[in-house]
Amino acid sequence: MTLKLPIYMDYHATTPVDPRVLDAMLPYFREDFGNAASRSHPFGWHAEEAVERAREEVAKLIGAVGKEIVWTSGATESDNLAIKGAAEFYHDRGNHIITAVTEHKAVLDTCKRLEKQGFVVTYLPVDSDGRVSPAAVAAAMTDKTIVVSIMLANNEIGTINPVEAIGEVVKSGGAIFHIDAVQGVGKIPFDVNRSRADLVSLSAHKMYGPKGIGALYVRRKPRVRIMPIIDGGGHERGMRSGTLNVPGIVGFAKAAELCRLEMDEEGRRVLALRERLRKGIEARVPNTSVNGSLEHRLPGNLNISFAFVEGEAMMMALKDVAVSSGSACTSASLEPSYVLRALGVGEEMAHSSIRFGLGRFTTEEEVDHVVDVVADKVKKLRDMSPLWELAQSGVDLKSIKWAAH
Amino acid sequence: MAYSNKVIDHYENPRNVGSLDAAEPNVGTALVGAPACGDVMKLQIKVNNAGIIEDAKFKTFGCGSAIASSSLATEWIKGMTVDQAATLRNTQIVEELSLPPVKIHCSVLAEDAIKGAIADYRRKQEQRAENAA
Repeated sequence: MTLKLPIYMDYHATTPVDPRVLDAMLPYFREDFGNAASRSHPFGWHAEEAVERAREEVAKLIGAVGKEIVWTSGATESDNLAIKGAAEFYHDRGNHIITAVTEHKAVLDTCKRLEKQGFVVTYLPVDSDGRVSPAAVAAAMTDKTIVVSIMLANNEIGTINPVEAIGEVVKSGGAIFHIDAVQGVGKIPFDVNRSRADLVSLSAHKMYGPKGIGALYVRRKPRVRIMPIIDGGGHERGMRSGTLNVPGIVGFAKAAELCRLEMDEEGRRVLALRERLRKGIEARVPNTSVNGSLEHRLPGNLNISFAFVEGEAMMMALKDVAVSSGSACTSASLEPSYVLRALGVGEEMAHSSIRFGLGRFTTEEEVDHVVDVVADKVKKLRDMSPLWELAQSGVDLKSIKWAAH
Repeated sequence: MAYSNKVIDHYENPRNVGSLDAAEPNVGTALVGAPACGDVMKLQIKVNNAGIIEDAKFKTFGCGSAIASSSLATEWIKGMTVDQAATLRNTQIVEELSLPPVKIHCSVLAEDAIKGAIADYRRKQEQRAENAA
């Protein structure tokens, strides 16, 4: 089989739409184009039926029921709606929110805005494995805590939080538990009841569905309430106004169904490929380190630092491989990844990190090719690196007085 | 981010990668930047008796723009007198490589590296003159 370039290894950023998902969506652009809110004719009825079937299918993937699914435009909106909506609704009970420093910006920036409105937010640290400990959540809980938001799996390092144990702590403290489950659902088993989640953010395009459609799970027993952040026609039982994206919803449901049916087999296959990549690189490239827990990790994630090589230069070298880096140079801020820094990874190693994301369509040939290219390019860049030269001649880089700029 | 063709060219075919013997009296060495900031440049010049930079070498830990800036810097200063090289400005590198604003610090680092190597060379020359006197 000939290798098709470029190779996509950025499955955490987005995933391609599965052809079976696209096939399911197409009729809803053509003959079944109706507005699900049109109650007076068959165009609307067909659309509404499809949306309600989709609700059940997405709910099934996380152990919920259809009525608990609220459609949104994506996970950023779901995170905003969950945290702002719950904080506002339960404001009379308290003003304290707990989250973690490694959360996605959609959660962190939402919390920062709430701080400006008078809420108090605790940003929990993570251990060197990149995970939030239930004991840390317990220690941070007060009688004013109304919302706790902790992600299922991290988007950069793929580490999986112990959400079931955290859920116990949150619920015994009487707070609302929100989980940003975007990176985990569809890849690892997740159940809203086992994790005792009240609110769960989901996104279709991370699980081989289309972009522009997401969902927020809102628990009904016992009933969890949120204030809407978008006002309008009162769709989605008043929680999220706006005409429904019917083709997107149908695609999301098909994607969820495929994940539910194929997750076990796919998880094993992707994990084997990830391990082939990791072991291949480690066998051929010295001075590497995997960032975050290897044990509690999404099957398709490998976040690895190549000492003495800068991440963006590395990405430029891997021009036929789509990956991402925690290097500052890839961000406008010139700050290296805040997630890696939170793990205690040194700034220089954060600058040297590459995130490989493997998924449904990754092949062994692709992995083997990437191992070859990585080994070759790291050598080339190290031959060009003054830090590698110093380290090889026995100089401790920490002993040099660097002038920060 | 899209790179200019000149950045890509210097990145893929870097000129003058390597090291000169820093102990030699006519070699000036600079090591600028910091690993924590994501870029470190080592730039060396070798100056002949006529005061002309007859060789220049670099090694860079940094992004593609940092590597290209240092590669270009060595290419330019080879054949210049030390005084001429000292007048090189980072803005010339920015212009030649079409660096976007977020990458201007790479060119600043290259200018600092040239200046640092020249300063090191001159320090050695002064010391030599003192020792001789």
